[in-house]
Amino acid sequence: MTEAAADIASPPQRSLAQRAPDLLVWGAVIVLLVVGFKPVEMGHVTKLFTNSENMRQFGSELLKPDFGDWKLYVAQMWLTVQIAMWGTFLAVIIAVPFGLACAKNVSPTWLQQPMRLLMNLLRSVPDLVVGTLFLVAVGLGPFAGVMALAIGTGGVLAKLFSEAVESIDKGPVEGVRATGAAPLQEVIWGVIPQVAPLWTSYALYRFESNSRSATVLGLIGAGGIGQLLFDALNGFAYQKLSAIVIVIIVAVTLIDLLSQAMRSRLL
Amino acid sequence: MSDAAVLSIRNASKSFGERRALDGVSLDVRRGEMIALIGPSGSGKSTLLRSISGLQTIDAGPGVIEAFGEPAQANGKISGAMRRTRTRIGFIFQQFNLVGRLSLFTNVVLGSLGRIDGWRGTLGVWPKETKLAAMAALTRMGVADYAAQRANTLSGGQQQRGAIARALVQKAKIILADEPVASLDPVSARRVMESLRDLNRQDGLTVVVTLHQVDYALRYCDRVVALKAGKIVYDGPPAGLATKQLIDIYGPEFEDVFWEGAPQ
Repeated sequence: MTEAAADIASPPQRSLAQRAPDLLVWGAVIVLLVVGFKPVEMGHVTKLFTNSENMRQFGSELLKPDFGDWKLYVAQMWLTVQIAMWGTFLAVIIAVPFGLACAKNVSPTWLQQPMRLLMNLLRSVPDLVVGTLFLVAVGLGPFAGVMALAIGTGGVLAKLFSEAVESIDKGPVEGVRATGAAPLQEVIWGVIPQVAPLWTSYALYRFESNSRSATVLGLIGAGGIGQLLFDALNGFAYQKLSAIVIVIIVAVTLIDLLSQAMRSRLL
Repeated sequence: MSDAAVLSIRNASKSFGERRALDGVSLDVRRGEMIALIGPSGSGKSTLLRSISGLQTIDAGPGVIEAFGEPAQANGKISGAMRRTRTRIGFIFQQFNLVGRLSLFTNVVLGSLGRIDGWRGTLGVWPKETKLAAMAALTRMGVADYAAQRANTLSGGQQQRGAIARALVQKAKIILADEPVASLDPVSARRVMESLRDLNRQDGLTVVVTLHQVDYALRYCDRVVALKAGKIVYDGPPAGLATKQLIDIYGPEFEDVFWEGAPQ
């Protein structure tokens, strides 16, 4: 028995040095949470209970939605969806060439690096700032919202598109190259067919999330249901607010279901 | 280079890091030959074929590869004219390399990309004669029934015959086939090898094929070139490959490289 035990290697154990990086990361997360406790006023958590009467009142108003203006809400919701559609469409138009230009296996380094920087820039500027920029340029209205979504989503989609391109099988591309095809033709016939389902899926997913983002753009006067939402909020018209929120939830859920169904058919 | 040589490789070397995949290889391929390239895994067979088609570069230095009397690559750089040259060289891959989501028909018309107007090939507006040529090629290869199916729904043998049809539409004068039967079952493998030999005999195409299976090399090819560790160790008729040479090339377990049994 003892001899057998001596033959069997002991289970692997990670030394302290190997575990140090993990401990460091977890330690840092805990420290950051503790440091952040005060600035975000986590101490106010007790007010959830002491001021529960206010919440109850707000809640009871919400439970009585006022659909008096439902035609307006639906029309504005439809406008918001249209903003999301055009924003996403323009984003795809931006993302196809830029996504290819950012992909390591398609684009030369001198092009790929600056393009990645540019796309990072597009992604990192908040939609609201881009929207305000366009409001200044083209005035209040949905077009500014469309452009804001197009720029931000264009940056995100370009990154996702380029990652899809980087994960393709290079065999079919070589197969097309071996026929004497031009580089652009290699991309069109060898690369695009391989990434098309994933690209479509990403674009639909962004359309879903843009339908939500387009609501927020109402805040800066880009039109649509968001504007009604903020008017109701600022005017303490909680019963109208409740009706608007319900319209948004129904619309966004429908879009989610539709686009999920379309995406699952693709893959 | 001799007059009739359609491919000429002079002193080509290729290193992947420390490993020398090709070590000063020189080879002339004459018009209308059917050559088998054999040798153990990692001997440089695929590297040689891929270098001829300019799918990869050889090392900078004295190495030169010429196709149809024009430089394909020299000094480690692929010639600017390689794209035009490639249109006359069909390449058959071990993994078929069809575009899986496109129909077999579309894959086959892609063979015309190097020859038709750029805008037509880019937008997919195929000329009528290309479409007819594609169907004729598919019919000849016995896979016309699957023209409308996506390539990735077909069996390996069907895909490989589609890939040969693509080379036919390309009107290639040389076919380079890199392990064309390594991923196929024996029945499909024989059909593919017979198709290649048919293109060689009937159409006068020059065929260079790398093979794992020495019996296929002996049965279908007129000339066998054996590589070992990046060097040519045999170049001659199949009949000259006696057991002694095979042991030299593959080592004592040489019987393993016969698919359907070693010759007695």
